[in-house]
Amino acid sequence: MALLEVNNLKKYFPIKKGVFSRTLGQVRAVDGISFTLKRGETLGLVGESGCGKTTVGRSILRLIEPTAGQITFNNQNLLDLEREELRKVRASLQIIFQDPFSSLDPRMNVGQIIAEPIRNHLKISRKEIRERVAYLMERVGLHPEHISRYPHEFSGGQRQRIGIARALALNPLAIICDEPVSALDVSIQAQVINLLARLQEQMNLSYLFIAHDLSVVEHISDRVAVMYLGRIAELASDQELYQNPLHPYSRALLSAVPIPDPEIRRKKIVLQGDVPSPMDPPSGCSFHTRCPECKEICSQEEPILKDAGDGHWVSCHLW
Amino acid sequence: MTEQKEDDVCQPGELVTDNRFKRQWVKLKRNKAALAGGMLIIVYVLSAFFAPVIFPGNPSAPNLIKSLETPSVENLLGTDELGRSILGRIIYGSRISLLIAVGVVSVGMILGIPLGLVSGYYGGKIDFIIQRITDTMLAFPGFLLALALVAVLGVGLRNTVISIGISMVPLYIRLVRGCVLSVRAEDYVEAAKAVGTRDIAILIRHILPNVMVPITVQTSLSMGMAILFAAGLGFLGIGVQPPTPEWGAMLGSARSYLFNAPHVATFPGIAIFLAVLSFNLLGDGLRDALDPRFRI
Repeated sequence: MALLEVNNLKKYFPIKKGVFSRTLGQVRAVDGISFTLKRGETLGLVGESGCGKTTVGRSILRLIEPTAGQITFNNQNLLDLEREELRKVRASLQIIFQDPFSSLDPRMNVGQIIAEPIRNHLKISRKEIRERVAYLMERVGLHPEHISRYPHEFSGGQRQRIGIARALALNPLAIICDEPVSALDVSIQAQVINLLARLQEQMNLSYLFIAHDLSVVEHISDRVAVMYLGRIAELASDQELYQNPLHPYSRALLSAVPIPDPEIRRKKIVLQGDVPSPMDPPSGCSFHTRCPECKEICSQEEPILKDAGDGHWVSCHLW
Repeated sequence: MTEQKEDDVCQPGELVTDNRFKRQWVKLKRNKAALAGGMLIIVYVLSAFFAPVIFPGNPSAPNLIKSLETPSVENLLGTDELGRSILGRIIYGSRISLLIAVGVVSVGMILGIPLGLVSGYYGGKIDFIIQRITDTMLAFPGFLLALALVAVLGVGLRNTVISIGISMVPLYIRLVRGCVLSVRAEDYVEAAKAVGTRDIAILIRHILPNVMVPITVQTSLSMGMAILFAAGLGFLGIGVQPPTPEWGAMLGSARSYLFNAPHVATFPGIAIFLAVLSFNLLGDGLRDALDPRFRI
């Protein structure tokens, strides 16, 4: 039984213009996405900017209201929940934001920031809250004596740790990591990723790990989903995807990952053109305009995500 | 507890320390105009507090023998048509003017801030309704609106405060709404939602503290404007009523003696001018010191 099951999730943003806010069209940010996330598993979600990764993450938490679809978390359909029920569910489904500078309220000190979820959900005394905050700070590698400092007194990596402590405050089951390290220096990235991996091991957490950096995702994920223009192009286990990518888009993406060895030469697949506008996605397979292996059927018929064997799902007419 | 690897614990050495308040205070102090404005305001406040000490006696008691005297050692700024000391009346008048200024911004803030918060945070229909009402109120020049409200409510100190206060409300609504719109999009507001904070708590805990800077600036500017409006109503005879010493009313009654005793009108005029100027200078200085990016 999956902890989180997303079924045909869609989010269209209307484009409004003029005095009477006529709807001129829609941006199909997420256009029919399905996946599952098991207890203790990490699912990587990769894709280039604007492909809808972040929208998927925020829609699951209903920070953005999805247009259509089903999201089942811990046997509850999140889209059916009333405001107050949703508030309670959010205690066990948390998020870590990309930007460690804008995700912490500059007018609150660390103690207040980390205590906020605890104060919202638990009726416990001030002293107990303080103890819990100190414990959480230690847990994420911060000094508990810095409890009354303000966010601007910390570095980017430390701020991200504060964000992680806040997400952990209520012992969640799953955390949506929305590009948690892409705003950090490479040296700090490794520290934060290792911290996330260790916490996962200790608390049996599930991560939906959104990123655009394939090497980061490879390190932490059990399975990886590749997104293109609001859809999943390929979904496979970590090793399978990196060693045997099936979708032409995944291949191009993987060939762009730098190898830290100057001796090895690899043929790079360079895609032609730009990503088409999600306002007006191409007919058939949305990748056909840039696909090096495009066939006639690709521009006519939309491929469905199908199992190409061993849980390697791909959405392409070639397979 | 888990064992931490050496490289995994953040060292206190990397902490960047700077004190926002100290920096802002230094910046405000460097602004000579704002400093002068602030000091003048302090002078006004002190004279309001210690009026009976500085000027013993009743400032409204007439002494007809000494009417319309020019400035002398006995009466530093001369006397008015009823022989009352102009200096004394200006000093007591600062009580009235400051009281009005504080009252007006209180009315403006108490009504304007919650409406602005709700309008900006929720958006949609409620925003539309509040904004169209605000538009309607802003369509009238502020003073005209206050004037119309006095016509409905009647004269007197309390009604002056209410009328001018209400005419300030749309300014606060607009300002707060605009700031909320920018703060609402911040990740930390999303984060608060994600950890299950209720809307009302988000508004009070996260949004309000982050829009306080422009509100503070607006309040300083509004106080100057309130004093000017109150003086205007007093001058027209529909504000605070005589014999209460009020700067605008003093100016109004001195009008008849403008040619034979110009000092009677001049000194209250200077008092109004300096008070309004001080609040504006301080407001401008605060704006630059608190947030260099922020411009009204």
